[in-house]
Amino acid sequence: MSELLLDVKDVVVEYPIKGFRKAPFKALKGVSLDIRPGETVGLVGESGSGKTTLGRAVLGLAPVTGGSILYKGADIAHLDRRARRALSSEIQVVFQDPYTSLNPSLTIEQILVEPLTVKNIAAKEASRRVLSLLDQVGLPQSAADRLPREFSGGQRQRIAIARALALEPRLIVCDEPVSALDLSTQARVMDLFKEIQERTGVAYLFVSHDLAVVRNLSHRVAVMYHGEIVEWGDGDQVTARPEHPYTQRLFLAAPVPDPVRQEQRRADRERLLAEQGQQAGVL
Amino acid sequence: MPLPDPQLTPALEERAARVSLFRKLLKNPVGLIALIFLGLLVLSAIFAPLLAPADPNTASLQDVLASPGAAHPLGADSAGRDVLSRLLFATRFSLAGALLALVVAAVIGVIAGLIAGYFGKWFDSVSSWLAGLLMALPGIVVLLAARAVLGPSMWLSMAIFGVLLSPAFFRLVYASVSAVRNELYVDAARVAGLSDARIISRHILTVVRAPVIIQAAMIAGIAIAIQAGLDFLGLGDMSVPSWGSMLNDAFAKIYTNPDLMIWPASAIALTCIALTLLANVMRDELERTAGPVKRRKNRNRAAEAPVVKAAHLSTVGMATISEEERRLALEQPAASEPGEIVHPVVVHPDPEDGGRSSTGNPFGEELLSVRNLAVGYDQPDGSIKVVVNDVSLRVRRGEVHGLIGESGSGKTQTAWSVLRLLPDGGRVIDGSISFEGKDLAHATEKEMTKLRGAKIAYIPQEPMSNLDASFTIGSQLVEPMRVVLGLSKAEATKRALGLLERVGIPNPQRTFDAYPHEVSGGMAQRVLIAGAISCDPDLLIADEPTTALDVTVQAEVLSLLRELQAELNMGVILVTHNFGVVADLCDRVSVMRAGRIVETGPVRSIFAAPEHEYTKALFAAILEEGEARGELVVAQTEKEGLR
Repeated sequence: MSELLLDVKDVVVEYPIKGFRKAPFKALKGVSLDIRPGETVGLVGESGSGKTTLGRAVLGLAPVTGGSILYKGADIAHLDRRARRALSSEIQVVFQDPYTSLNPSLTIEQILVEPLTVKNIAAKEASRRVLSLLDQVGLPQSAADRLPREFSGGQRQRIAIARALALEPRLIVCDEPVSALDLSTQARVMDLFKEIQERTGVAYLFVSHDLAVVRNLSHRVAVMYHGEIVEWGDGDQVTARPEHPYTQRLFLAAPVPDPVRQEQRRADRERLLAEQGQQAGVL
Repeated sequence: MPLPDPQLTPALEERAARVSLFRKLLKNPVGLIALIFLGLLVLSAIFAPLLAPADPNTASLQDVLASPGAAHPLGADSAGRDVLSRLLFATRFSLAGALLALVVAAVIGVIAGLIAGYFGKWFDSVSSWLAGLLMALPGIVVLLAARAVLGPSMWLSMAIFGVLLSPAFFRLVYASVSAVRNELYVDAARVAGLSDARIISRHILTVVRAPVIIQAAMIAGIAIAIQAGLDFLGLGDMSVPSWGSMLNDAFAKIYTNPDLMIWPASAIALTCIALTLLANVMRDELERTAGPVKRRKNRNRAAEAPVVKAAHLSTVGMATISEEERRLALEQPAASEPGEIVHPVVVHPDPEDGGRSSTGNPFGEELLSVRNLAVGYDQPDGSIKVVVNDVSLRVRRGEVHGLIGESGSGKTQTAWSVLRLLPDGGRVIDGSISFEGKDLAHATEKEMTKLRGAKIAYIPQEPMSNLDASFTIGSQLVEPMRVVLGLSKAEATKRALGLLERVGIPNPQRTFDAYPHEVSGGMAQRVLIAGAISCDPDLLIADEPTTALDVTVQAEVLSLLRELQAELNMGVILVTHNFGVVADLCDRVSVMRAGRIVETGPVRSIFAAPEHEYTKALFAAILEEGEARGELVVAQTEKEGLR
């Protein structure tokens, strides 16, 4: 196996709490995972589990107070703003909310040109690149002169993906990129993610609360709970035959879209909860 | 409910709005008058030396208090100086003084506000503290002190006054910057590698610009008034003509020559009024364009179906839809959209015995029967936008009827019309809603108030925003019970505690006394469920009751709903976009698309054999239980290594 693209080791993220001498809030309590080039690592967890924080730590948007984040072997956890900016062509992001991740007062072209200007790409070349980016994400070229408001959720998410692709990064942190989308749109955007990965060999850190989405996209999956990774391994294994009690609960909590099997799952879940409750009682 | 799709009309409006604020001001009569007045004022200040008939400071003993005439159009003052000339030059100095104060205030306030709002940290606390200090200082005392120490200089005192005014800009800019700083697009720009200076100029300044302009007009008015006040008190430089010093001079002769007061007084008053009116008009104009954006959610709900349908068309085909086509799609009521063939509803037959609930009990009598319901929204141009069309459904006692569809399918609109709680402008335009024999479509508001809460209960999507943050949870549960059931406070409290226990809240008393922000989302939803069942309703309408919740919490809330439904033998309408939730809870399901039901029938039958193309497409998009991605293919990574 080739070398690791991203290696997260015992990362701790703490947010200060207002008030004199209050202990800071630990959003991540020593988290480790790694991503290989061209791989999708899924990160599942519920709200407050720290999954988004881990994504933001990789992006340099969260304060890392312990551990290290190695990108191609170099620690990127404590870079200053200038060094961080140099990383922009390596690590990019697609956020969850397609409604606030695009500046409403800029046209699509202005939004897509933005990362290119950082690399001092000439205006003419930049607009040519914009058209090819729109093409890559399946949007018409006429989209360039429009405002974000004129697009649906799915289309905006395509624009956000195009912006992430603009600098041809090796890793994209995807923070719940399909959660706000309708079912059929969601499926199409996920296909786009896969297609781009197969074409460009980019790696994804794919954050989601939806086990099914993560299962569909990820080669390997990590499950987070209360700021820690509780289960980590092969995607199929973790999402279909989980071993950790929390992952098992999570797995059985998602209702199956089939009344017959859902009845079965409900019974399984109740039995599991009873068992786990008993164990907790014994312990 | 998934996020609403873009509202197109405001998008066009906004485009138009971006053209020019100035042009809009010219179209507003008040704005136009204020602008003309201020324009004339500035012109007369600039051209004062050309316009003035005499030197403003040349005193002539012959002309002391001369009446208006050929030599002195507005007369002369107590020193025999020409009033018109003095007024023109005074305009010059008064405006310049106010401008100085304004510029000082704006430069300090905006820059400090940007830095404090964007970078935060120590500068934030220090500058906020300083701003508070400046605001606490009595301005006039500081100015008096400055004059005593530094001597009478209008420029100096206006510069100092500018510093005193700077918190007005600081606080404004600080507030708007800290609001945008955490926007995702700012994060995205940071990840894209933009420098801070670039992010500020591109993403932050655009947001700050409008409020700063409005504030500037306000501050200019204040600066003029204060400057006049200082000079009137005789604190300014008496050698410089200004409105304040003219007023001072005239005041001394108020008994002999009251006319002299008129000119400086009206100049001050009219200028201040013009600036304030201008600020108001600018705010109105700027906020009118911002209005639809802020109200997007509501407006979208109102206009959900057709708008999103347009968007839907474009996502499905990913085809370019021209502005024109989009507008057409908006204007056409769903029924008569060109090219759309309305397929008949696919109805799956009921089982022979009329069907049984999942608990095995047969369903009871018919509770709700909706026939050929159409819901529309009145448009400003008099037309009606149809969002629900020809919808028929019925709910029997003990039956859970699911309404499933994507955003904009009209499922929520249907639910709201049963409650008769459609947003402004929305109404039932056709069909009937019959609940226990009563026609709800034509019931009076009074009759509906009696039914809501008592017979028909509602569980909303966002538990947190449906609890009032300023009351305890207990008081929000007790109040409706006292009104609807006529219980005493003690009885209602007892019942509320019982209900909280019933919905699985571990420590009912503590939750009863808590404020909404002190409980989690799942707890808040349990509280709302407790509230909904508190008056023993016959029909429960649940609008995406678990969408905002985590999966494990969702499973708990679904179990709770299932138990309560069986226990109270309620009829339920469950609006959702999640097939898993339907499979878990519903007995019947209706699939909605673009304001119509496309397929309806018993849940098991539809899941086993969906017939409508759209239903099949939805099922195909479901990911659950699908193939896992599998391990990363090594060949691909090797290829990667070669790149």
